[in-house]
Amino acid sequence: MTTPAPVQTNKAGLSKNDYRGLPSTLCQGCGHNSIANQIITACYDLNIVPEEIMKFSGIGCSSKSPAYFLNRSFGFNGLHGRMSSLATGALFADTTLRAIGISGDGDTASIGMGGFKHMVRRNAPIVYIVENNGVYGLTKGQFSATAEVGLNLKHQGTNQYMPVDICMEALASNATFVARSFAGDAKQVKELLKAALSHHGVAVLDIISPCVTFNNQEDATHSYTWGKDHEAPLHEISFIPALDEIELQGEFAEGTVREVSMHDGSTVLLKKLEKDYDPTSRANAFQMLESTQLNNWLVTGLLYINESKPTLTETFNLVDTPLNRLADPDLRPARETIEKINAMMF
Amino acid sequence: MSEKVINDFSVTIATVNGSGSQTANVTLLRALFKMGIPVSGKNLFPSNIQGLPTWYTIRVSKDGFVARRDEQEVVVTLNPVSFARDLASVRPGGAFFYADDIRLPIARSDISVYPMPVKQMARAANVSPALRDYIANMVYVGILAQMLGIDLETIKQALSFHFKGKAQAIDSNFTTIKTAADWATQNLKKSDPYSVAQMDSTSGFVMADGNTAAALGAIYGGLQFAAWYPITPASTLAESLNVFLPQLRKTTDGKQTYAVLQAEDELAAVGMAIGAGWGGLRSMTSTSGPGISLMAEYAGLAYYAEVPVVIWDVQRIGPSTGLPTRTAQGDLTEAYFLSHGDKQNIILLPGSVQECFEFGWKALDLAEHLQAPVFVLSDLDLGMNQWMTKPFEYPDTPLERGKVLWEADLEKLNGVWGRYKDSDGDGIPFRTVPGNKHPSAAWFGRGTGHDENARYTEDANTWENNMARLKKKYDTARTLVPKPVIKAAKGATVGIIAYGSTEPAVEEALALLKQAGGPKTAFLRLRALPCTAEAQDFIKKYERIYIVEANRDGQLRQILSAVLPDQAHKFRSACHSDGLPLTAKWVKEAILAQEEK
Repeated sequence: MTTPAPVQTNKAGLSKNDYRGLPSTLCQGCGHNSIANQIITACYDLNIVPEEIMKFSGIGCSSKSPAYFLNRSFGFNGLHGRMSSLATGALFADTTLRAIGISGDGDTASIGMGGFKHMVRRNAPIVYIVENNGVYGLTKGQFSATAEVGLNLKHQGTNQYMPVDICMEALASNATFVARSFAGDAKQVKELLKAALSHHGVAVLDIISPCVTFNNQEDATHSYTWGKDHEAPLHEISFIPALDEIELQGEFAEGTVREVSMHDGSTVLLKKLEKDYDPTSRANAFQMLESTQLNNWLVTGLLYINESKPTLTETFNLVDTPLNRLADPDLRPARETIEKINAMMF
Repeated sequence: MSEKVINDFSVTIATVNGSGSQTANVTLLRALFKMGIPVSGKNLFPSNIQGLPTWYTIRVSKDGFVARRDEQEVVVTLNPVSFARDLASVRPGGAFFYADDIRLPIARSDISVYPMPVKQMARAANVSPALRDYIANMVYVGILAQMLGIDLETIKQALSFHFKGKAQAIDSNFTTIKTAADWATQNLKKSDPYSVAQMDSTSGFVMADGNTAAALGAIYGGLQFAAWYPITPASTLAESLNVFLPQLRKTTDGKQTYAVLQAEDELAAVGMAIGAGWGGLRSMTSTSGPGISLMAEYAGLAYYAEVPVVIWDVQRIGPSTGLPTRTAQGDLTEAYFLSHGDKQNIILLPGSVQECFEFGWKALDLAEHLQAPVFVLSDLDLGMNQWMTKPFEYPDTPLERGKVLWEADLEKLNGVWGRYKDSDGDGIPFRTVPGNKHPSAAWFGRGTGHDENARYTEDANTWENNMARLKKKYDTARTLVPKPVIKAAKGATVGIIAYGSTEPAVEEALALLKQAGGPKTAFLRLRALPCTAEAQDFIKKYERIYIVEANRDGQLRQILSAVLPDQAHKFRSACHSDGLPLTAKWVKEAILAQEEK
């Protein structure tokens, strides 16, 4: 007789299953599924209780994916391009909760560009993931605003217009955390997610996430093949939670890594690769993005980080109790105040 | 001089926009109010910061009629551009005051004409050139005060209120007013019949505008989140939140129980408010017609995903940019049907400043009770003008938070519940909000098709059943929204229905109809949609129903015709929309003209 292996749990006492969502209805091989899996793993690894996360999305293939992870988290799949505003309001309900927003390149870089940039400039505390595949999937294969010049798509012809660089837009809007990754690089996605979940403010993750159905031609810049051939990581990233000791040895020997201290006490270790890269400089980030455009690289990693800016909700000096748990005496001014108010009128 | 007319005329003051005349005009209005005379003031201003002609019209009425009138007995002009038009607008026998530096012909012998040395006196006042325009306005305040008999002491009280007790500002303005009044005593001989006299008809009233009242009402309604985008004539509503929330809703240690956020556009403003509403906050946004248009898609999401949110529409005249500083009731059908697909929205229709306050808190109660967007339709006239109003009344019911389940509630239910299940038969389901840590609390909000447990489905029956429940919920709303105010009339065969800021014009029209020997008429002021049973009974009771509206198309008539198709043959529109508040005379004539048919 064999006894079933004990279910592995994390420090929150939860198993991986407690972090899963419904079965995905996206295409097999879709980059978005792999990102959903990394969200599950990152949250499990960080011992986050699912009830302490809110999920948001807009409309599109990417925006379906919050259904495929963290079933026990509250979620809201809103309107096309409007995830930013929906989430911004919801963030005030209970500021002890963390938020993950999933958007796509159509949702963010076209219809939702204004909202995206304003959410970024307000430093709303949310992990804002763009699952970027250069194409509209759910409406069957039209160009998105991140499609490269010269891209040929069936029924669409050739794209003539310059692509929007989501990281560049985020930086220009004073984002405090900007990273680019590739769905084919699961480990990096996971470590960046952990860093993003610990970030103080808005964390923009532009993840190239190939659409296997409509835009996965070998020479297309959002394809698996192109990504694998052109990915140039800035560093090897690993996330060290707050209470864990940092041991620098072996590959991560002193002098070869940068340590970035996060607001919550955790640390992001960035192992130098060919060149050293300082992600605390916004100018560096701009320069790096500019050179990736010129040289046709898929530079991935943490492009920019600034842990020192106040978040949107912090700027409001809110009471400690979550606003949505306040009741009458806190919300309705006392009876005697009405006379004073009337006296203030003429 | 013909027989004296006391406390029963209109004054119009023509100035140049941006010259600071608003202070002078409101000072006159408030002084008259303090004299106990029923009064109203309407700012008829252009969409411009500086330079275009602007008018302010004050009506004093011993009988308490405060609707705007077209007839102007007293006209004051400081503006050469509008001079000819202003002169022509004086009613025969009336008075015309003008700045004497305007050298234009005055070819009227049927009125009293009074030149005013405005420039000269402003120059003589010892103030910096930057303040000279402001002081110039005080010249006409002083001259009018003297010539109409406005008590200078009440003018001082009005100035003191305006300048928040700042002695220097009060004194320098008052000195000019006094000097001008003295000048008038010595140099002008009164030859017109119009004057004011102390009354006791404003005690128990205050003066306020609807936007301030709406903001205060929302604050007393426990407002926790507001997002907005600047737009005339709604901006002062949100700005008033920013004035009064810190005074009324900070904890003793200075922390906020609320957040107000200026959004990047109206799409985002309503989106944020809906996000906050979904999160369990008492939430609202305030805008005007163009903003409502932008909010359409989101309004449908809130309707279908069943998220509480309050949307104030301080209406201006449209379509398109229209006349941004002119009033109308032109957004009714838009708000009622806002967004695609099958739906009707809940609409509150405040008819007074006090009601703006009352609906400020009631709208939040209704939104949470019904888990739906609640629109409140005010307008520029109500929102931005100063009105005599009964003082604001403290809410008489506790906050209505609706069917929200917290951890302990779910514990009792063993975690078994359905987000969109009609457990109580009223169409209103239960909901949970983020932060609820019970493992069965979470649900996934969506604008896509969903079953009773908020799971995505394209099942045909599920779709239809859910839509039927939403309709049932709207019928529940019918029993919860504010009931109409009905003024019955014995033996009446005709009914009038009106709503919002047209009430004073209709009230006065009833008196005018009586004088003119018109039909006996009952009056219903509608205060909400859906149309309550009381309103439906009223409609059924009378042979003819006049629906008075400040819009072109008779929008309420359109809606009521759809609600009660078998009664639609009774409906007659009295609708008019030129950007100005309706007058009683127009209402009376519109009704009589159709009665004669």
